[in-house]
Formats: sequence, C-alpha cells, structure tokens
Amino acid sequence: MMDVILGALFELLTPERMMFMMLGVSVGLVIGVLPGLGGIAGLSLLLPFIYGMDPTSALAMLIGLVAVIPTSDTFSSILMGIPGSSASQATVLDGFPLAQKGEGARALSAAFFASMIGGFFGAIVLTASVLAARPIILLFGSAELFMLTLFGLSTVAALSGGNLAKGVASACLGLAFGMIGAAPATGEYRMDFDTLYLSDGVPLVIVGLGIFALPELFNLLRGGGAIAQHNPMGTGWIQGVKDVLKNPWLVLRCSGIGALIGAIPGIGGSVVDWIAYSHAMQTTKDTSQFGKGEIRGVIAPESANNATQGGALLPTLLFGIPGSGSMAIFLAGMILIGLQPGPAMADRNLDVTYTIIWSLAIANFVGTLLCIALAPGIAKLTTIRYALIAPFMIMVISFAAFQATRSVYDLMALFAVGILGLFLRRFGWSRPAFLIGFVLSLGAERYLYQAVQFSGWEFVTRPVALVILALTALSLWAGLRRSQSNVNTEGAADESRATSMLPQVAFTGLLLVFFGWVILEGLKNSYLAALMPVVVGSLGAAAVLLVLVFQARGATTAGTTNFDQEASATDNGPWPFVGWALGFLALTLLVGFFAALAMFFVAFLRVVARCGWVQTLLLTAAACGFLLILASSLNLIFPGGLLQEHYDLPWPLR
Amino acid sequence: MTIIGRRGLLGAAALGAALPARAQAPVDFAGRTIEFVIPFAEAGGSDVWARFLAPFLSRHLPGRPTVIIRNVPGGGSITGANDWAARARPDGSSIFGSSASTQLPFLLGDRRVRYDFAKWTPLIVSPTGGVVYVSSRTGISRTDQVAQLRGKELVFPSQGATGLDIVPILALHMLGLNVRYVFGMRGRGDARLALERGDASIDHQTTPAWLTQVVPMVQSGAAVPLFSYGVQDDDGKIVRDPSFPEIPTFEEVYKAMHGRDPAGQEYEAYLACSVAAFAGQKPAVLPKETPAPIIAAFRKAFQDAVADPELIARRGDILGDYRQAVGPAADRLYATATTIAPEAREWVRTFLTQNHNARF
Repeated sequence: MMDVILGALFELLTPERMMFMMLGVSVGLVIGVLPGLGGIAGLSLLLPFIYGMDPTSALAMLIGLVAVIPTSDTFSSILMGIPGSSASQATVLDGFPLAQKGEGARALSAAFFASMIGGFFGAIVLTASVLAARPIILLFGSAELFMLTLFGLSTVAALSGGNLAKGVASACLGLAFGMIGAAPATGEYRMDFDTLYLSDGVPLVIVGLGIFALPELFNLLRGGGAIAQHNPMGTGWIQGVKDVLKNPWLVLRCSGIGALIGAIPGIGGSVVDWIAYSHAMQTTKDTSQFGKGEIRGVIAPESANNATQGGALLPTLLFGIPGSGSMAIFLAGMILIGLQPGPAMADRNLDVTYTIIWSLAIANFVGTLLCIALAPGIAKLTTIRYALIAPFMIMVISFAAFQATRSVYDLMALFAVGILGLFLRRFGWSRPAFLIGFVLSLGAERYLYQAVQFSGWEFVTRPVALVILALTALSLWAGLRRSQSNVNTEGAADESRATSMLPQVAFTGLLLVFFGWVILEGLKNSYLAALMPVVVGSLGAAAVLLVLVFQARGATTAGTTNFDQEASATDNGPWPFVGWALGFLALTLLVGFFAALAMFFVAFLRVVARCGWVQTLLLTAAACGFLLILASSLNLIFPGGLLQEHYDLPWPLR
Repeated sequence: MTIIGRRGLLGAAALGAALPARAQAPVDFAGRTIEFVIPFAEAGGSDVWARFLAPFLSRHLPGRPTVIIRNVPGGGSITGANDWAARARPDGSSIFGSSASTQLPFLLGDRRVRYDFAKWTPLIVSPTGGVVYVSSRTGISRTDQVAQLRGKELVFPSQGATGLDIVPILALHMLGLNVRYVFGMRGRGDARLALERGDASIDHQTTPAWLTQVVPMVQSGAAVPLFSYGVQDDDGKIVRDPSFPEIPTFEEVYKAMHGRDPAGQEYEAYLACSVAAFAGQKPAVLPKETPAPIIAAFRKAFQDAVADPELIARRGDILGDYRQAVGPAADRLYATATTIAPEAREWVRTFLTQNHNARF
C-alpha cells in the first residue's frame, strides 16, 4: 500500500510532469480569477492538448487546474463582490464587506489558508476512502438523495434574511425557475415558451452571475468611486491565518461537509458553499456580524469548496459518474489518454488514482502560495475607479455567460436574471435562498419521484434517510432560532425602512402574479409533472400573500417586510447603467457580440468614465485582444446578430 | 436563410459545371482550418470521439489542414444540428458529428427538428453496442433463463422514453416482459448504480461502460446479460456484437421466446431506433451539395484514417473493437440509421404517447 502511494509520488516528481502541473495551475489561476469562469471553461481550454500526452503529465495538468480554481476564484468574490465561480458564491456575503472595510488582506489570507486545509482534507479523504468508498456511495439512493435536497433547502431558514416569509418566497421563486425545461418524471417541457433554449432550463452559471454579479456591478457604478475607499488590503495577512487557526473545528467540519457532498453524485458542488455558510451561521453564538464582514462566513465556504474536489473525484474515478460539470470534462480527458474509470481504479490502476491524489495535494499547496504572492497586485484593482473596471467586468461576465450554450440567448437570459436580481436585492428578498431553491429544484423533484417509484412512501424509513432527516430538523431548528436576530443577507436593514411602500407592494404583487402563472402552467401537464409546480407555486403564493398583507398595513406596521434599499436614494438608481447594459445587448443583436463589445467599450469609456481618446482606444484594444486570444483557444464563434444573418463575415465578426 | 439557399444552389451549380469538364484542380486543404462540429458541450461520448478522430483526419486529408472541434451544445443536440443545417457552407470547411440523440428525434418526428439527414452524405459511421442485463436478484443466473422472467415485475431506471432508452423499451415490449420504468435518471451511470443498489432490476449499458463497469458484476454473479443489440453485417443483417460474441442478439432471444423471427411495424420501428442509437450511432457528415471531389477527398481520408496503424493501436475504448464503416458500408449503415417507414413512425409515436405520456 505505502509503496504504491510513494511510487505514485516519485512518478510525479519529474521536472517535465511538474512543469505540466504548473501549466495547469497557472491556467486555473487565471480562469479562477476571472468572474464566472470556472473549472468547465478551464478544462475545455486544456482538453485539445491532451491527446497523445504522457498520461501522468496530462493528469497532473488537469488536476492542477481543478485544484486551484476554488482557491483563486476567491479573488473576485472578496475583492469585487462577484462570485469567481459557482463554488464561491457564499464567500461574497462576508468577504466583500470585509474588503470594503479595508480588511481585504485578512479575508484573502483566511480564505486561502482555509482553502489549502480543505484541499488537503479532500486529498486525505480520497486516499483513505478510495478502497472503501464504493459501498458508501451505494448507500445513497434516490431516497437518501431526496433527503439531502431537503437538507439543502433547510438552510433557507438561516439564509432568509430578516424576514422568514420573504426567504421562503425567494426559495420558491428559485424552485420555480429551476423547473423550467423538461420535467424529470415525464420529460414534458414546462414554462419553456416552446423554445429550444429554455427546454434545457436556465443554465446555473447565468443564474449565479445574473443574480449576484450584475446587481453588484450596477450599484458599484453608482458610487462613482473605487471599491475600497481606504487602503484596500490593510495588513491583516497574519490575522487571517490566525482566524483560521482559531476556528479549527469549523474548518474541519466544513471540509468534511464539502468532501461528503462532493462524493455523492447527484447533489452537485454548487450548494456546498451555502450549506457550509449556513452551518457557520448556525454554530456561531453572535450572528450579528454575518453579512457585514464575519470572518467565519469566509472560512466556512472556502474550506468546504476545496474539499469538494477531492470528494467529487471518488464517484468520477470509481463509477465513471462525474459529480460536477468540471468532473465530466476531467472524465473525458481520462478517456482520451486511454484510462477508463471504473472499479479498476481502486485495484489494477491504483497507482493512477494515487498520482491524481498527489497532484491534488501538491497543486493545492502551490496554488495557495501563488495566490498569496499575487494578492497584493490583484488587490490594487480595488483602488481603480470602478467606471474603468466595469466594462471589463461586463465583458468577462457576458463571455462567461455565453459559455453556457454559446448562443445569444445566453446574454438575454443573463440580463433578464440580472434585472430580477436587482429587484430582489433592492427589496430584500434573499438571493441565496433563491439560488439554493434554483439549484436543488430538479433534484428534489427527481429524487422524490424516483424514491416513491422504487420503494414506495416507506422510503422515509430507510436508516440513512432517517439520519439525514434528523440533521435537517436540527438545521431547521438552528436556522429558525437565529432568524429572529436580524441576519441580513441583503444589506443593512436599518437604513432600508421606506416611507413610501408603493414600489415594494408593486413588486410583491408581481411575484404573486408570477406564482399564479406557475400554478397555471403546471396544471397544463400530466399529474406527475404538474405536482411540483403546483405545490411550489401555492407555497410561494401563500408566502407572498403574507408579505403583502403586512406591507399593505403601512410603512411602520409592515415591520421586517418593509425593506427598500432605494428608500433614501437621491440619484436615478442603477437604471442608467442597466440602460447601458441593455444597449450593449441590443447592439449585440444588431451587429454581433464582438463588434458590439468594441463599440460599447469606446462609448462607455468616453461617456461614463470620461477617458481621453488614447486611454479609451488602448483599453478597448486590450479588451478585444484578450477576448480574441481566449475565444480562439476555445474555437469559439461569438454570438451573431442581424448583420451576421445577412452577410458572411470573417472571424471574429462571423 | 435565403442566403444559404443561394449558396446551396451555387454549390450545386459548381458541381454540375465541374464534373463533365474534369478540369478541376485536385482538392488541397493546405493551410485551411476545418471545423468538426459537435452538437454537445465538451466531455461526453461524441466530443471524445471527435477529438480522437481529428488528428487522424488532419493527417490523411490532402494538404494536412488543421482540424478543430467546435462544440455547439443545447437542446440535447437539436440546437447544434439545426444550426449546422442552416449555416454550413458546402465547401468542406465544416463537417458535422451526428449522434443517437440527433437521429432519434429526427426518426420520431420531433417538431423542433429542422434538419434532414437525406440532405447530408456520410463520411464515416462509428458503431457502438449495447447490452440489456438484469440483476441476479431477479432469480436467474444464466442468459438462457430469460423466459423465467415472464410475469415478474422488472424495474428499469430510465433517462426518458424518447432518448436512447427507446431501444430497450421497444425490445422488452416485444419480448412481452413486464417492465416498470422509473424515469428521470441523469445518466446511464446513475441507472447502473440503482441496479447495483437493488432499487432497480433491469438496465442497459453501452459497450465501454459494459466492459469496464458491468463485466465485473457479471463475473461476481451479481448481473446476468440478456441480449445485445448486435451490429449490421455487409448484407444489412443483424449479427452478434464482436465486443461480446457470447451474448445473443435481441433477434435470437426473440426467436427463442416466440418461436419466430421478429417482424412487422413494431420490429421495423425497433430496428430503425436500434441502429440509430447503437450500430449506426455516430456518423460524420457533409452537406450533399458539397462538390463531389471534396466529398471524395473526405471519404478517402476517413478510409485511410481507420486503416492507420496508430489509430488501430490507440482506439481503446473510444472506438472499441468495431469495424468503422467507411465507403459503401457507411452509406448502408447511415441509410438504416436515418430512415423509418411512415407507418412504423406512426406506430412508435402512438406507442410512446399511450404508454409513456410522450408528446411530439
């Protein structure tokens, strides 16, 4: 056993193989820093080079990339308030306020250090369990997976913001969005307006970017200044490491949660950070700082999301079942170099498995060091006027969005969800609750139906299912106990008591109409496909009605349902900038993405950022050049518009 | 759309003008980039298949052009196929990798389909195989005991009735077995796990997964193969699959159970779907209006590629032990995989609507 483990290490430690790993780590670092782009985009970049490579080098390169992304994606979550990838959405909630307070260094070093420990934890779990994991993974059938989705949904109680009814309604809204597309039980298409695009459902990356990144971007633009008003980094490097060391059990528990959820195929890593975050909330005595810059809210998701990768490798290697989108591409890479995952990975090909584990551990270590080394430089971005950064962010976010299906509909969906996110943020409807509902929606429906089909309603009495049910009850209790204590995921409540209730009531009314529509659309289907939309629609409508009743009683009696961030705003709100974004979209529909982007850059930099011509043209050229390099290495054709429909233009205008 | 039509006409005109004169310069792709369009995202069977073939195609095309993979995902491959059908220039600069998920909706008459296989020409068709197997918890331990399954309720974990699983659904229906389908599986891997766990009792897997994941279960006595879908021989007859010659084909099992060969509309429907999903599942195509010398150059390149010793040495699980159909064999397989008699289509649509809530 030991000789196989050490043999795999020496196998890996040749200059050539380490060089390939460093290549993977470097690409992962860059891709992770760019908001919205994660493991899927990074691995797609490397995939064309895999063929014909030495298998160990290829594995080291791919794993190097996978390992570093949950570490490097922290940069944009903490410094920009934009999730670097779907793995670190929860980090934004407390990481960004810390950066705005001038404690960016502390947040980053705590995040990196926690990430590294989480990564090591994942590698250790993988080492220890690769021989014994098969029966454990087999324990989780549809019944247990359904219970896990319930457990995930129970975190809504903790994440619902200041008002539980609003939290439940937000989660139902997310659940309803998640149901767009084919119903799991019958394959009927729901709420898809008969379009091919929506028949696949709205892609997760688009919902994540739209709901979190765009509203943040518009509001930062309003401020007119830079992100960090003071010294962006501060001197908290040591403090951050100390913070992690002060919370050893939190780090270990969250790493454990990450590795376990990652290892169970079917739930997906995209809720791990939220589960860890709400766990941190439930186990902290004083929750008053959550959402305002609580360091435990950074440590928890960051230790969990790196551990997830180690866990996710288990089903990928042992069963050939990818636990996440990036694992699916990793699997394709393995097949291309002639390795077929399966039981042999814990037996005949055990050396390959240990090569992968070592790569994971080493890449986590190297990745953390690189991130720390690069941090001061990258952090300088937060001192730059945001008007100069915003067009780059819009470029990267829309580029990341249209990675989803590579069509112009991705951009439309992005901006549509973005506007929804803007309202949710403004009126204090919990966006984390929305996202959790969205991610778990199809899973909950699918596994409930399958569990009942496989074992009847007795499925609830299966032992593992009972254990998860107990945990769910515990999480609900802990979450509800805290929900009274004013934990606001959407900003300070005290400044958001409006005197005019009209905008809020109008939005609440709109939500009520939406839930009514969900019920009607649901009823168009056969019983099995109608059940979930009708239940979710009714639940959502009930919660919204409750909110509406409170809000209708006037500004003061509305209590916690009264929340409007624009209550004391004196400017035009984010709308001028939304107009810019929509203008960019309209231009894309007209002349195609690339040309529209160049025009948008010039116009935005001249008008909003008030740059001189030289600076404008230089920045535009840099942006276009960067985009062209990325697109040509991914063999992408940009989404076209009317112009492209009528004329056959050369790439990149094609 | 109008532009494409004109381009198509131009291509056809060029073809008509070039052929009788025989004055056309030899096809040469030197310095060109050829895109291999795959209607799926990175990862997955079709993407891996195209990435594996691309360097060999490049090597054997005149002028050694660069061959890149272009992924156009969405709509379970319908989006990419619609897009390619509307946009591909008939000049050999773009070839399309079709798949079972592209062919089945076409055969079933899915209203979202805007492509027509009759307008394309196959260059190569890569077969794969599939095996239907049961858990030994059903009480049988040998393939020839299949008749003992009659009357027992079998549970089949399925991804959906209109996808790949339509093939076992039709086959098991014809065998007269009592199968309950649980839909909504996220992939064949999940389905296999459900069987291994004991939740399900019958399942099917394609060749690579069968060999690496299920054969160990067969060896340990946990699973029993029932039948394979077979492959098509030179006369178009279904014969045993070379990857597992010990497993009988569906046709053999049907004859053993019913005493006659399968026939009629239901068998016609089964055969079209089965070949579309397995024996003829991955064709690479060019638009038919592409000039003949270019089509010939591509067909020759694929012919040479599959004979390339390096390809044979490396094919592993990606191509498996299957004979890659090129030349006339490709035409024959392609025709079976992409055509269905109108009555058979009507029959299968009615069957799916009545039994599995499918809507078309």
